[in-house]
Amino acid sequence: MTDFSAFEPSKGGVVGQPVNRVDGHAKVTGQAQYAAEYALPNLTYAALKTSSIAKGRIKSIDPAAALREPGVLAVFTHENLPKMAQTPNTLAGKYAIYGMHMAFMPLTGNEIFYSAQPVAVVVADTFERATQAAALVQVTYEQARPVASYQSANAEVFDPNGQGYVFDLKKVVRGNPQASLAASAVQVKATYVHPINHHNPMEPGATIAHWEAPDRVTVYDSTQAVAMSQSSLATILGLPQEQVRVVTKFIGGGFGCKFNLWPHTVLATLAAKAVGRPVKLVLTRQQMFTSLGHREDQEQTITLGATKEGKLTTLIHEKTSTTSPWDIFAEPNGAILNWLYACPNYQSSHRVARANVMTSTYMRAPGESPGSVAIECGLDELAAKLNLDPLEIRLRNYANLDPGTGQPWSSKGLKECYARGAELFGWGKRNLQPGVTRDGRLLVGWGMATASYPVRPAQGRARVRLYADGHALVQTSATDLGTGTYTVITQVAADALGLPMANVRFELGDSTLPTAPASGSSVAAATVSSSVYLAIQDVWQRLTALAVRDSQSPLFKALPADVVREQDQLVLRTNPSKREKFSALLQRQGLADIEGVGNSKSGEGYEADQIAFDNKPGTKQTKRSMYSFGVHFCEVKVDPDLGTVHVTRWVSVMDGGRILNTKTARSQIIGGSIMGIGAALMEGTNRDEQYARYTNADLAGYHVPINADIPDMQVEFIDGHDPYVNAMGVKGIGEVAMVGTVAAVANAVYHATGKRVRSFPIVPSKVLGSDAV
Amino acid sequence: MNNFTYTPTNSAKEAIRLRRETPAATYVAGATTLLDMMKVNLVEYPQLIDINALPLTGIEQTTDGLRIGALERMSDVGEHRLVVAQYPAVSESLLLAASAQLRNMASIGGNLLQRTRCGYFRDAAFPCNKRVPGSGCPAQHGDNHGLAILGTSEACIAQTYPGDLSVALLAFDAVLTLENAKGKQRRVPITSFYVLPGQTPHQENILEPGELIVAVTIPAAEHARRSTYLKVRERTSYAYALASAAVGLDVQAGTIRSARVALGGVGTIPWRSPEAEKILTGAPATDETFRAAATAALRGAQPREHNGYKVQLAQNTLVRALQKVATT
Repeated sequence: MTDFSAFEPSKGGVVGQPVNRVDGHAKVTGQAQYAAEYALPNLTYAALKTSSIAKGRIKSIDPAAALREPGVLAVFTHENLPKMAQTPNTLAGKYAIYGMHMAFMPLTGNEIFYSAQPVAVVVADTFERATQAAALVQVTYEQARPVASYQSANAEVFDPNGQGYVFDLKKVVRGNPQASLAASAVQVKATYVHPINHHNPMEPGATIAHWEAPDRVTVYDSTQAVAMSQSSLATILGLPQEQVRVVTKFIGGGFGCKFNLWPHTVLATLAAKAVGRPVKLVLTRQQMFTSLGHREDQEQTITLGATKEGKLTTLIHEKTSTTSPWDIFAEPNGAILNWLYACPNYQSSHRVARANVMTSTYMRAPGESPGSVAIECGLDELAAKLNLDPLEIRLRNYANLDPGTGQPWSSKGLKECYARGAELFGWGKRNLQPGVTRDGRLLVGWGMATASYPVRPAQGRARVRLYADGHALVQTSATDLGTGTYTVITQVAADALGLPMANVRFELGDSTLPTAPASGSSVAAATVSSSVYLAIQDVWQRLTALAVRDSQSPLFKALPADVVREQDQLVLRTNPSKREKFSALLQRQGLADIEGVGNSKSGEGYEADQIAFDNKPGTKQTKRSMYSFGVHFCEVKVDPDLGTVHVTRWVSVMDGGRILNTKTARSQIIGGSIMGIGAALMEGTNRDEQYARYTNADLAGYHVPINADIPDMQVEFIDGHDPYVNAMGVKGIGEVAMVGTVAAVANAVYHATGKRVRSFPIVPSKVLGSDAV
Repeated sequence: MNNFTYTPTNSAKEAIRLRRETPAATYVAGATTLLDMMKVNLVEYPQLIDINALPLTGIEQTTDGLRIGALERMSDVGEHRLVVAQYPAVSESLLLAASAQLRNMASIGGNLLQRTRCGYFRDAAFPCNKRVPGSGCPAQHGDNHGLAILGTSEACIAQTYPGDLSVALLAFDAVLTLENAKGKQRRVPITSFYVLPGQTPHQENILEPGELIVAVTIPAAEHARRSTYLKVRERTSYAYALASAAVGLDVQAGTIRSARVALGGVGTIPWRSPEAEKILTGAPATDETFRAAATAALRGAQPREHNGYKVQLAQNTLVRALQKVATT
């Protein structure tokens, strides 16, 4: 049994406390260095020229005018881009190069596949000169008729038949959904339509590539995944992984769009080698809409069958979405329906259409976020049909075991979340009747939705060096998206070492450090905190081993198993008067420091005899299903004459396992909920059908919520450690924060107005419109 | 963005001389819209003539009304006590626009000259009759969700002026003072400043080359004192209007003595509605009157595929604005 007593506030522990960010001061004073902020000697600047058409061929490309500009060092096009050892194009349709999401590399041929595809890279001695010269590259095109989306008349929609990459998009059937649906007393069928969403982090994609030797490169990149990017770049460049270093000390948001390596980073790296100087490439805001993927446009139909009492008998999910000319990628929306509620019959299937668009990618809770709209709005529609309270229908379908696998949960505090959330929100006072609650002219609506997200497979290592002077250095290659990784890991290390936080320095974001997983899929805090915790256990075991062999130690000849730690001391459990500070031990041994390493893997919990990770065939241990859970409650006020919707109250109560820092965790939940409010009410990238080109690709046209759209938000966590998920019992909260949020808003709009708007975002035109029912 | 020369000046004469020497140059004040367009190569000027030091400031009471210097900032004008007291709709139109940071930078003269937010205009890869005369208008059958329904033509359905201030100025008969290349001033009512797109949507207003807006004067009136600006948009702040209404009423003993109605977000230019004003004037200040006025104001609307909702939305916005001033 692992002893977490050091984390207890009563023992001075800081884990779980609302500690301020350790990097906050550096950020607000501009000292935090982001990828584009390394002032290297001889730095040069790259600018992209992008295609003005969506489909066709480059007839001619003439860099002469650009090359004549003062300060221009080179113009790269498909005619002279330096060769790559491997290009992502070669293995289209598979995960061509590990970590490279899109199986296409621009500037490798004259064909245009999507609008704003890069066609030239201009490198100059200043940013301004590169930008001006890029506009001077002359391109002529032979234009063909593009396909804009799965909705287009010329789109060919097909069943990927398990050929999807990353997510295989196979049809999944459990039980006998068709028969059970036919036999069910009540049925609801609804289709929800979602536009393209873009992540739009504050910090754009940015790269500085610096070749320190002809065969050794350092790439400062705004990436969520330094180790994976290192691997991808090594493959593309034909270098041993060790000769590629990726550095990302700070990130200004990613939300999934910086999870993988994208072409602009490769282009900057190739350009830097060719010009023999470091190259900086920062994407413009407009280019952010066509460089790092997006959440695909999609529609999903859910069919629910239930008893008269509202017990689910059948869930059938069908999704159709747009994918790119090379990849078959779609968010697996149907997956969440397989575990969220007790339902014996289930089916999920996908259809896609290829269009002239870049490959879509992960965006906060890919699959679960839009999938939760289908199940959570669908269940709301079912509740309305049965005149049942939306929370009551969820309790009636509560899953005590994972319905998809029949396994027990590693932990599930959802009932507690429901109860606490309903209490905080005052849900019991809700009028069952929609469209009747008023505040003056405004219609008032209350909606709620369940959140859940898997604990994904991940593993990672950490190294801890404890110095005899009472300071420690903790290292992994993890990244901090801005969410607080620096802070929470420093808290864990401080408690586990018995040192004040100020004596612990946590270093991350460098591929030369021990490999950690990418910040994505909500694995970072869970895996990194566990690997650091295990590395520190390793340090204490090594110290113990030294002490029991040291004749001058009070612990000489003690059994190592009898030695425990208190604060920064080793103590003999059977005789606590025998104790020694680690610093005294190290000094006597003539050691300046001691190092430990730790490896954490999801599913290897602190209950050592219970391996939960269900990807281990043949084990006799109880397999457990590992998920985060939560609930969101939302109040909206709708102006029925003007169609405007304002979110006026919000309550989230979450079960994310151990919460390492209630302040940064609260910010995560707030951030995810705001993203959901954005997707529900205002976010959408519009595309012209004829040109297959975006018509609102900037932050004036693409609306993300601003402060005035967001009320004070109440967030609480159910206190629960999960003994099975990993060494620290952390389940992760970054993604689950957004799951259910869009549905909570949409359900509240229905409750306010009595109208179902099933097309997102719910802008005034749709609230006023007659298309809603 | 192209390379350009940046030249600060401190007199109108000097600014106009510089502009005459380099006709392709342009003036710049707050630069809040100009730089955005330059960054994406929508416009390319060899020279920016910075007019911020010109003595075109001051907010003062004159016999013609309140005179506002063209280089006053949106935030200063919006919060000015005389503007708040005498022209609430003007103050509200300024403070509901853009963001605090932009309002602190943007000048009044520049505000009147902001360019359309039509997505087809804002991206040089699209054809656009306003940007490249004769190239076409994909918005007619494309993404026209946010575009105009009044004053449109087969050549253009964009809001030449997408903002708020001009809508309020239009309602209250503001007069612009312009100074031309010869240093001569003329006064132009804002009602004839903007030009309908017709077949020439690239011609947006009656400014002559090199001519500067130096001041805006708003006549005093009871209907201006009792006025409001209501703006409906897809998020609560920092967004352009789907529909907006600047209205002013002089109501005495329940009867409307005089009325002013202008709409934003729905016209290719800020849209004054004499039809609505006619119905309102002399009528009782009731919901029925307001509804009739709103119906009249939108009678000529010609929606496209995705902006039909704007008819109802603009009507409801106008009714709501009239209700608000009638009860204050």
